[in-house]
Amino acid sequence: MTSFDRDRAPSRRHFLTQASLIGGMVVTYPAWAASVVDLGLPGGPSQRALTGAFPQKGPMILQRSRSPLLETPFETFDRGVFTPNDRFFVRWHWADIPEAVDVTSFKVAVRGHVNTALSLSMADVLKMPRVDLAAVNQCSGNSRGYFQPRVAGGQWGNGAMGNARWTGVRLRDVLDRAGIKSGAVAVRFNGLDQPTVDNGPDFIKSLDIEHARDGEVMLAFEMNGEQLPLLNGFPLRLIVPGWYATYWVKMLNDIEVLDAPDQNFWMATAYRIPETPHASVTPGQTGFKTVPINRMVPRSFFTNVADKATVKSGATLPLRGIAFGGDCGVSTVEVSADQGKSWKKATLGRDAGAYSFRQWSTQLTEPRSGKLTLQVRCTNAKGEVQPGEPNWNGAGFMRNVIEQVELTIA
Amino acid sequence: MSPTGKRIVGICTFLLALGAFAGLDTRPISAAEKSTVTASGVTLHSVSTKFPDPGRLFPGGSSADAINNNCLACHSTGMVFTQPKMSRAEWQAEVNKMRNTYKAPVADADVPAIVDYLANLTVGK
Repeated sequence: MTSFDRDRAPSRRHFLTQASLIGGMVVTYPAWAASVVDLGLPGGPSQRALTGAFPQKGPMILQRSRSPLLETPFETFDRGVFTPNDRFFVRWHWADIPEAVDVTSFKVAVRGHVNTALSLSMADVLKMPRVDLAAVNQCSGNSRGYFQPRVAGGQWGNGAMGNARWTGVRLRDVLDRAGIKSGAVAVRFNGLDQPTVDNGPDFIKSLDIEHARDGEVMLAFEMNGEQLPLLNGFPLRLIVPGWYATYWVKMLNDIEVLDAPDQNFWMATAYRIPETPHASVTPGQTGFKTVPINRMVPRSFFTNVADKATVKSGATLPLRGIAFGGDCGVSTVEVSADQGKSWKKATLGRDAGAYSFRQWSTQLTEPRSGKLTLQVRCTNAKGEVQPGEPNWNGAGFMRNVIEQVELTIA
Repeated sequence: MSPTGKRIVGICTFLLALGAFAGLDTRPISAAEKSTVTASGVTLHSVSTKFPDPGRLFPGGSSADAINNNCLACHSTGMVFTQPKMSRAEWQAEVNKMRNTYKAPVADADVPAIVDYLANLTVGK
């Protein structure tokens, strides 16, 4: 029998609290769940516990406790353009995550196809030329719960994303300190987290060498002016601006320069998208080429009104939200109240950088009482606009359809 | 360094080590003394914490034995209960993925009971 750490299996305690009967099967919410939110996922299950039990985190939507999957409550995005660290979403693959990190002994190795292998301390990193960059971190599967037909995986609402001001050093400067040997083709990244079974595929990701050296990919030791929460990768994580979060390796302690393409599971098999427009295929479709998931695409959201909400009628209905261009800046945000026949340009907030959330605002004058369906769409700086029809793929990746809210004006 | 000098350094180091053991400070390290790194205007503080895990089991008594004995070693129950309604074949594929891709050490004999349990899940609210 393959060995694995039986000490990790929980003791056979049995918590029966806030039990609810679901189709005859009793399903319990944890004793420490404060309340329940409904993500509005088609077909359900849509309800999630809100938990305040995780270290350095306020109330978060609980998708899974071990290994942690914590979603940002959506009202957080109405508070400002930067997502507070204690509400930033959390996503880990394997559950063997250190609960303690000693920052005085932490080292980042730089090795492989380099002239000089390095072992950098955090002091070394702090003393290197420093950069700041605002960038959105979004899970590849953010909004997967809204796919139709539904797909297996983390059943996120729209809250597996966040925006932060990242402070750190350029990956390029770290690589140049080691000296990249000619023939290098990629750089691979590993963190402190480990598989919980022998031979399980350790979570490692890689970038092409040109991308790694582009001067924007960075190693961050602060987010929003504070050290990283443990669950968001303390003391150091990779920042890949404009690319999906799967590359943003947390607790980064190993940088390996490769002289051959990376064939590890997490690049060659996992996190791949159809090489089709909008990474979209039809359910059951086969025979299409795939590539590793990469750049993000434009998205926009209402943040001051929620779907199915009732809003008091008045002279005006203020509307506001956030948008991001994906891998470039926001050009326009527009709102429609007539199913997309006409669009009204919204006012954009302060530009915090090409990779950041951008706030938008507008208003409707004298909305009539009754049902009102509103849509919002973003066009990015490359002219890419959100599609009117949702994409579909078996993994539930890269959703960016025009968002819609149905309101009742009363 | 001269051989004599090296011997002096060696003896001093040995005595220092002896002294350290003799006067061992057994007070727990306070948060203030906990290790930090400061450079170029930034201080990073070491972190020590605990992740919550109430150890929920899959409910259902003996029909849940196989899934409880095998699956909770790696992950909690949460994500299983948030999945949409899936067919038996789809759940079989998930279990296959756990064994083949993620190397879950599930005995062949346990697989049917695990797939039965998952296929019989009723999707909640």
